[in-house]
Amino acid sequence: MDIVVAIKHIPSIADDLPVKGNNVDFDSVDFVLNEFDEQSIEQAVLVKEAVDGTVTVIGVDLIGELDNILHLALAKGADKAIKITADDPAASSHQQAKWLSDAIKSLSPDIVFAGVQASNDLDGQIGPMIAAYLDMPYIGGVSSVEISDHTATINKEFSGGFGAKYAVSLPMVVGVQAASKPPRYAPISKVRQIAQTATIEKIAPSGDASAGLAFKKMAAPVATGHAEMLTGSSKEVAAKIVELLKSKGLA
Amino acid sequence: MSNNVFVITEHMNGKFSDVSFEMVGKAKELASALGGQAVAVVVGSGVAANVFASDSTIHVDDAALEQFNPEAYGKVIEALVKEKSPRLVMFGWTATGMDIAAWLSARLGKPCVAYGRDLCIENNTLVVNSQVYGGKMIAEVAPEGDMAIVAVLAGSFPAEAGQGSTAATTVASPIALDGLKTKFVEAIKPAGGDVDITSQPKLVSIGRGIGSKDNVELAEELAQKLGAVVSSSRPVVDAGWLPRTRQVGKSGLRVKPKLYLMLGISGAPEHLEGMKSAELIIAINTDKKAPIFNVAHYGATNDLFEVAEAMLELL
Repeated sequence: MDIVVAIKHIPSIADDLPVKGNNVDFDSVDFVLNEFDEQSIEQAVLVKEAVDGTVTVIGVDLIGELDNILHLALAKGADKAIKITADDPAASSHQQAKWLSDAIKSLSPDIVFAGVQASNDLDGQIGPMIAAYLDMPYIGGVSSVEISDHTATINKEFSGGFGAKYAVSLPMVVGVQAASKPPRYAPISKVRQIAQTATIEKIAPSGDASAGLAFKKMAAPVATGHAEMLTGSSKEVAAKIVELLKSKGLA
Repeated sequence: MSNNVFVITEHMNGKFSDVSFEMVGKAKELASALGGQAVAVVVGSGVAANVFASDSTIHVDDAALEQFNPEAYGKVIEALVKEKSPRLVMFGWTATGMDIAAWLSARLGKPCVAYGRDLCIENNTLVVNSQVYGGKMIAEVAPEGDMAIVAVLAGSFPAEAGQGSTAATTVASPIALDGLKTKFVEAIKPAGGDVDITSQPKLVSIGRGIGSKDNVELAEELAQKLGAVVSSSRPVVDAGWLPRTRQVGKSGLRVKPKLYLMLGISGAPEHLEGMKSAELIIAINTDKKAPIFNVAHYGATNDLFEVAEAMLELL
C-alpha cells in the first residue's frame, strides 16, 4: 500500500500578519505546518499500521525551511520525505496542488491524504485540486479511514454530529478533518536523531496552474463592533466578570 | 457565456440549509447587477425544490443522487456548468460545498475564491472579500476570466431574501452516473449519551489556549460553579481532550446560550458560525488582535488560568 501525504507550509496566524502591497508580507512571517496536516499525517500512519505499507510525506518548500516539518513527520512514522524546491512563499493553492500532483503521479499512490483545509486557502484547498489533476475521487471532512480489498471505508462529518459512511474504490484523495485517534507525540530527541540521519528527496517544481485572482487589497478586518475590554490584573478582571455575571443573574 | 449566477444549494433529509437561501438572496442582487438571472441548482432525488426566490430553479433528479456523493454531485455540477456557462457559481464553504468548489475550479481551469464573506459587482467586474488566515485578514480579490467559483461562509447574508416559491424545472442528470468509484454506505447520526450543549443556558467554552488535557479540569470546575457546561472549539476535540459532542462551530454544533464564556479561543470563522448569536459573549485571550474580540461583548487579554482561578475564589 503506497500512501502519500501532501502537506502545506503556511504563514503562522499566532502573530500579526504584516501586509506588503496587496498581500501578506511573506518575508516577515513565520511559517508553520497547516494544523489539519498534523491530523492527515496521523491518519496516514494509522492506515499504514493497519494494512502495512509505506507513507511518503511531500510538500512544497516555499521558504527553504520545510526540512524541520518533514523530520517531524518522519519521527511520527512516515517512511519517506520529499520536498519540491519552489522558493515562492506566495505560491497559490492551485500552483502548489499542480506541483504536488505532478510529483505524486510518479509515486503511483493507492491513497493520498491532505488536510481538509488551510487558513490561507484563498483559492481553495489543495486536496480536491490534487484529486482533479490526478483524476481521482475526493472526499473531505473525513474523521476515519479503513482499507480492505483496495477499497477505503470513509467516515465523513457534516455538522452537528451528522455524517455519512462511504466506500471508495482506490486510488483516491482524502481530506482529513480529524484522524481517528489524536496525533501522536514525537519526542524531540527522536526528531533530532532523524534530522541527522534522514535523507529528504528534492524535486524541482513541474507544471503550471494559476489561481486566476487579481489581488486588490489585503487588510485586517474592519470591526463593526468591538468587545468592551476589561483591564487590570487577572484578579481585577475576574472580579469584573463575576460582578457582570451577577448583575445579569448569571452567577 | 451568460451573466447568470448559479447557486449550488444544499439539503439534508429534505430540508435546505440556511446557507442555500442566503446565497440565493445574494445571487439575485448580483445577477441583477450583471444583467443575468439567479438560478438555484438542486442536485438530488425527488427534492421539494419550490422554496427559493430565484429567477429559476433547476432540480437535477436521479436516484443515484439521493444522498450526497461528492463524486456524483461533482460530475453533475461540472456537466451542468459546462453546458450553461454561468458567470458565477456559488457554493457554501461547508462540509459538502468544500468537497466540490476547488475540485470544479481545477477541473475547469476557472478561478475559485474560498472563505467568501461578501461579493459585489464593481464596473461590471466581480469582486470578492475572503476571510482568510483564521479571520485575521480580509483579502479583496477579482477573479479573472469569464467564470468564477466562490465558496461563501454560512451566515454571510440574510436568508429571507432567498426564500420564495419559484417552481423548479426537473431535469435528468446531464451525465451518466454508472461506474462511480464512490458509494454511499449509510448515514451517521449524532452519538447520544452526553449532555446536549445546544440546550444549555450557560457554556464555558475552551480553545487551543487551554494548552493541555490536564487543564480542562479547571474549566470544568469553573463551569460547575457557574452552573454551566464545558464546550469547546474544534482543536480541543481533535486533540482528544473533549468528546465531539462538546464541539461548537461549523463542523460541530450551533449554540445560542445566555452566557458564552470563552477561554483561549481566537474566533476563527468556523467557530463564530456556531456561537455568534449567544446573548452574552465574554472572551479571554492573550492575543489582543484575536478576531473573537470583534464579536464578543466583553473581552480581556489576561492569562486565562489566572482569571479562571480568581473567578473560582470569588464564586
